[in-house]
Amino acid sequence: MEKVSRRHFLKTSASVAGGMMISFHIPAQDFSQEKMIGPVAPVISSELNAWLTIDPDNTITIRVAQSEMGQGVLTALPMIIADELEADWRDVRAEHADVNRSIRQAGVYKRMLTGGSGAVRISRPYLQQAGAEAREKLIKAAAETWRVSSQECYADYGKVHHKPTRRSVTYGDIAGLAAQLSVANVKIKSPEDFSLIGLPIPRLDTPEKVDGSALFGMDVRLDNMAYAAVQHCPVLGGSVRSFRFNAIRNMPGVIQAIRFDNGVAVVAETWWQANKAAKALPIQWMIGDEGKTHSETFRNEYLAALGSQGTSVLTQGETLPALEASEKIIESDYLVPYLAHASMEPLNCTAHRTDEGLSLWLGTQDPESALAAAAKLAAIAPEKVQLTNCLLGGGFGRRAHTDIVEEAVQIAMLIDRPVQLIWSREEDMRSGRYRPMAAMRFKAGFDLEKQVVAYTNHSVTHSILRDLGAPVDNGIDPTSVEGLSNMPYEFSPKSISHTIKNTHVSSYWWRSVGSSQNAFAMECFIDEMAEATKTDPISFRKKYLVDRPDMLDVLEELKEKSDWNKRLPSGTARGIALHECFGTIVGQVAEVSVNDGKAEVHRIVSVVNCGNLVNPSIAEAQIESGIIYGLSAALYGRITIEKGRVLEDNFDTYHVVQQAQVPVIETHWLLSGGDKWGGLGEPGLPCVAPAIVNALHKITRRRIRSLPIGDYYLQRA
Amino acid sequence: MLKIKVNGEFHELEVEPDTPLLWVLRDHLNLTGTKYGCGIAQCGACTVHLNGTPSRSCSIPVSGVLEVDIVTIEGLSKDKSHPVQKAWIKEDVPQCGYCQSGQIMAAVSLLAKNTNPSDSDIDNAMTNICRCGTYSRIRKAIHSVADAIESKA
Repeated sequence: MEKVSRRHFLKTSASVAGGMMISFHIPAQDFSQEKMIGPVAPVISSELNAWLTIDPDNTITIRVAQSEMGQGVLTALPMIIADELEADWRDVRAEHADVNRSIRQAGVYKRMLTGGSGAVRISRPYLQQAGAEAREKLIKAAAETWRVSSQECYADYGKVHHKPTRRSVTYGDIAGLAAQLSVANVKIKSPEDFSLIGLPIPRLDTPEKVDGSALFGMDVRLDNMAYAAVQHCPVLGGSVRSFRFNAIRNMPGVIQAIRFDNGVAVVAETWWQANKAAKALPIQWMIGDEGKTHSETFRNEYLAALGSQGTSVLTQGETLPALEASEKIIESDYLVPYLAHASMEPLNCTAHRTDEGLSLWLGTQDPESALAAAAKLAAIAPEKVQLTNCLLGGGFGRRAHTDIVEEAVQIAMLIDRPVQLIWSREEDMRSGRYRPMAAMRFKAGFDLEKQVVAYTNHSVTHSILRDLGAPVDNGIDPTSVEGLSNMPYEFSPKSISHTIKNTHVSSYWWRSVGSSQNAFAMECFIDEMAEATKTDPISFRKKYLVDRPDMLDVLEELKEKSDWNKRLPSGTARGIALHECFGTIVGQVAEVSVNDGKAEVHRIVSVVNCGNLVNPSIAEAQIESGIIYGLSAALYGRITIEKGRVLEDNFDTYHVVQQAQVPVIETHWLLSGGDKWGGLGEPGLPCVAPAIVNALHKITRRRIRSLPIGDYYLQRA
Repeated sequence: MLKIKVNGEFHELEVEPDTPLLWVLRDHLNLTGTKYGCGIAQCGACTVHLNGTPSRSCSIPVSGVLEVDIVTIEGLSKDKSHPVQKAWIKEDVPQCGYCQSGQIMAAVSLLAKNTNPSDSDIDNAMTNICRCGTYSRIRKAIHSVADAIESKA
């Protein structure tokens, strides 16, 4: 990664400085020329397919069409290709695939959107295929060179070997010829033949992340680059009435102010100058009724809406008469707030308009949408937009949006210099697009034998799809009911209904999406049901997990690994939660105590079944990552709206977990194999809040039904 | 004209004196390894050493560090060979990596003062935020440096 991306970047910057057409294709992609030249020139690398090139010195560069935002795709996805390729892993480098090429070549990189825990889950089969095809081309090239049958040759550790004569040739020596060959009907390996998949190989991007050389969007430096900062309307949905540029015109470094619908950007020689001027810029805003809204009002409105009927998502049998006939009924309302993503790297995008088109540098989860949005604003063909996808300083869903790109392009269209737009942390947090607010109501009826005889659930959720303009005409946003509509427990009769309720606040994908709030409510209510029947929470879950041996296995393993039945010191308790999302089942047990009115989480034990995994070290890091992200949300996460404005604007008000709050984290794999390759970026998160809350109930005997937990002063019962 | 010393080299700058050191490093000296995360000394992504003390460069005006030895992540070693960098590589600590320059600078300072930090020493010294949740591996890496120092002694 390092070598190639650096070379890449320097080449790009040099081109920009020279005002020439920018090309960030490395020579490898120009292999048509190579054929004309004949003998392979020493610096020319050979492209075996869109996914990989091989240099004469055997360096293999693998293109990764998913964005590296910490989840390890620059290592895990090359491992999948290199495994089939029978590469010597020491030769492998990785770089982000070129989105412009994917657009020009009919989606050659297939899925470039990074999200839905889908990097391995979705792209694995075609990456294996790409690696296998390249391997067969190399074998065929060697066989042709030796004038022997391909059948007598095999590939291993970066060489092709001829069995009968024990000759061998390195990939670098035959890549030029192999690149000109075609192969058909190539078969991929059986899992028992994997050579790299399954090994805890160190990440390729680690070395450049320990010396400051890793290139994030904000680290792009171009000749003659200016910087921009922005002040957005503090009330989401408001717009600019007027602003007084004269008030800041003479501040140091200030070049220009550029008006957007919802804010004003100030361009200056350095970002500090730009941001200082943007903050000082007097702006008159047009603010509608949004300016009168408050979180408290939203909460009341959401809870009130729980009383409406909603749209049926799933109905089995008649719940009303069943509830009426119940011996005992329990009913609970749950509530969660909007949440910010708060990636460590505030949003930024560098843009430069040239005679030939437009160049963009940023870290994005959705390079295709970014490119399309830029092309539309610049009124040029998408092919004329070059986008360099840098490393992402966190994404968590937020970096799939194109808002930052649109602003950068609007600035670039008016300035004859490259411009780097950076949102200050305050702008990043206040102008965020948040995890939806939601309220959920559950009812359960029990008979005399404490059997569940009725179950109903109604959720009222801010719809992401509606915010995005996607059709939700039937009244259901499926992403809002993830985990509720497909809950694993067999309760009958049951009724699951939903109401979409949006406010002026913008919502967006947030790590684990609907599961982030629904698993909390659902798994806490399951514990309430267990308590109503005086049953152990694990036993209760097992009883209603019919035809889910996979989930039963996770529970059984979790019971053992978490020491579920072992005594804890007084004032400490264990809570459990179980959830499936993105193809992966996670069971978690949290060990919690209460100190000074606050929850202290000591240990989180997970059992995970994702079927198969590529790299256990990266996989473990992903589960831990989801847990810490979920822990921040459970303990502290809250975006508050007051007079339409977001109150939290930095880490002093939007608290997140620091080292001192990190529990002991133990992750155990219970891999069922087969065709299951579940996602890992998100499934670690949803169980955290309910496992903690279920444990706290044992200590306090009070049910927490809204987040964050930090809102409550906790006391031992 | 202001003069500062960064990673052993002197730089003369034309810059407003209230400019935070962070932005001088990033925008004037192109030392982009030091990161902007919050601007209010909360997250630690901008941590550098001022005369060996870990400091949040986003909240220190450049005019306040004229006589100071400033060391950034780029100055830690030329070849990733500082023991803390090596430990970070060995434990495969970084995920997105954005906060890691600051984490490493904080860890280097901690270990310079305390060659065998306890877990609670680590909790107190390592207040840098990581949204990817690399905390467990950071702790492990710090302990592994301490172990290496121990075995040498």
